Amino acid sequence: MELLPLYLSAKLATVATLILIGIAAPLAYLLTNFTWPGKSFVEALVNLPIALPPTVIGFYLLFLLGPKGFVGTVWENLFGGTLLFTFTGIVIASIFYSLPFAIQPIKASFEKVDPRLKESAYVLGLSPTATFFRVIIPNSVHGIAAAAILVFLHTMGAFGVVLMVGGSIAGETRVASIAIYEAVESMQYEKAWALSLAFIPIGYGFLLLVNRLTRK
Amino acid sequence: MCLTAVLKKKTKFFTISVELTCPDGETLALIGPSGSGKTTIIRMLAGLVTPDEGRIVYRDRVFFDSSRGVNLPPQKRKLGYVFQDYSLFPHLTLYGNAAFAAQDRREVDALLGFFGLTALRDRKPQEVSGGERQRCAVCQALARNPQLLLLDEPFSALDVVTRRLLRNELKKITETRTFPVVYVTHDITEALFIGNTVLPIVGGAIDRAWMERITAPAAGTDARTKAARTTKLALAY
Repeated sequence: MELLPLYLSAKLATVATLILIGIAAPLAYLLTNFTWPGKSFVEALVNLPIALPPTVIGFYLLFLLGPKGFVGTVWENLFGGTLLFTFTGIVIASIFYSLPFAIQPIKASFEKVDPRLKESAYVLGLSPTATFFRVIIPNSVHGIAAAAILVFLHTMGAFGVVLMVGGSIAGETRVASIAIYEAVESMQYEKAWALSLAFIPIGYGFLLLVNRLTRK
Repeated sequence: MCLTAVLKKKTKFFTISVELTCPDGETLALIGPSGSGKTTIIRMLAGLVTPDEGRIVYRDRVFFDSSRGVNLPPQKRKLGYVFQDYSLFPHLTLYGNAAFAAQDRREVDALLGFFGLTALRDRKPQEVSGGERQRCAVCQALARNPQLLLLDEPFSALDVVTRRLLRNELKKITETRTFPVVYVTHDITEALFIGNTVLPIVGGAIDRAWMERITAPAAGTDARTKAARTTKLALAY
């Protein structure tokens, strides 16, 4: 079995998940605990990828990350080089694509934290930021871990977005889902079977873990 | 030196309008039936609810002044606040909770010792009784060395015996402190026991006649009991 695409998928999912949790946790805290102008617009915007087909998201990201797009231009000015058809490019695309899948479960776990704990922290002198790190996060660890697993699995299976932004470059952007598609196209069914079967125990094992975490 | 507050706040059913004063070292007990606005008043003192109008001053520090647009957040009021029910942090041990905002760890040890919690210091709040949790909540509030202590029906969820024990312990410890204490309760005996001053709140306003009514002796009460009640009420006011 060719392991490189699986390794690349796992690497992509791990990097994207770590970055996404770092972005999604504070954003979910802002969305659950505070009221601010434009909040519902921001919330709808971060959730937009749920409502769009992955190829549509990929198509927009192709332009956004491209040499004439905003993110692509900023990237080129800062670091030189292009984002399209690179591993970094598919990481950034996956972050946009999977953001709502991280925000929603983290938001749900923050909403489960008793609001009196936040008040208790405030009267004990903690700022909202310190309350986030010392009270909200420690009381949402299971929810955040469950969100991380869901995002990891979601990114592992990403296809349309990755194909649009990354193409299929071996060792760089040819993740397992793309390798399976190409194997089927070229009628290499054995290869497609081997890669596809690997997803079942990974997905099933992680989902059992999510059940365990969210039950607590 | 004392805490003074003039508070106005429109609620769904009535408008809260009260003036209160509590000197350093004394306890002001706010008593009233459920839904009378007591908790909203103490939450306004803490900065958890914003009054529509008014002024809250302690010593020379203005906590709130609607005319000058001053409204210090709870973090800057340097309070000790004990909530109606258990608001300890479930991820921390009793020691971790008591020391959460403490400046002096020796003070935390002393407080845990005073409230008989030393042996339970490594337990989580969910592993101890309701009385022990509220004792720990009082330790947490006192350990940060507050300049003002606010207690919102802290023992109302406890059984009668535990409640009596805790209020004795609380009275003993607050008598040694120099800050003002505001204590909210719906239990008249508790209010009379804890408070140097008792302020009856009904429908968002001070109503002394209500206090007279609910403490009026039943027909046929002997003269000695009546005299004791009169003395106690006089002391309370």
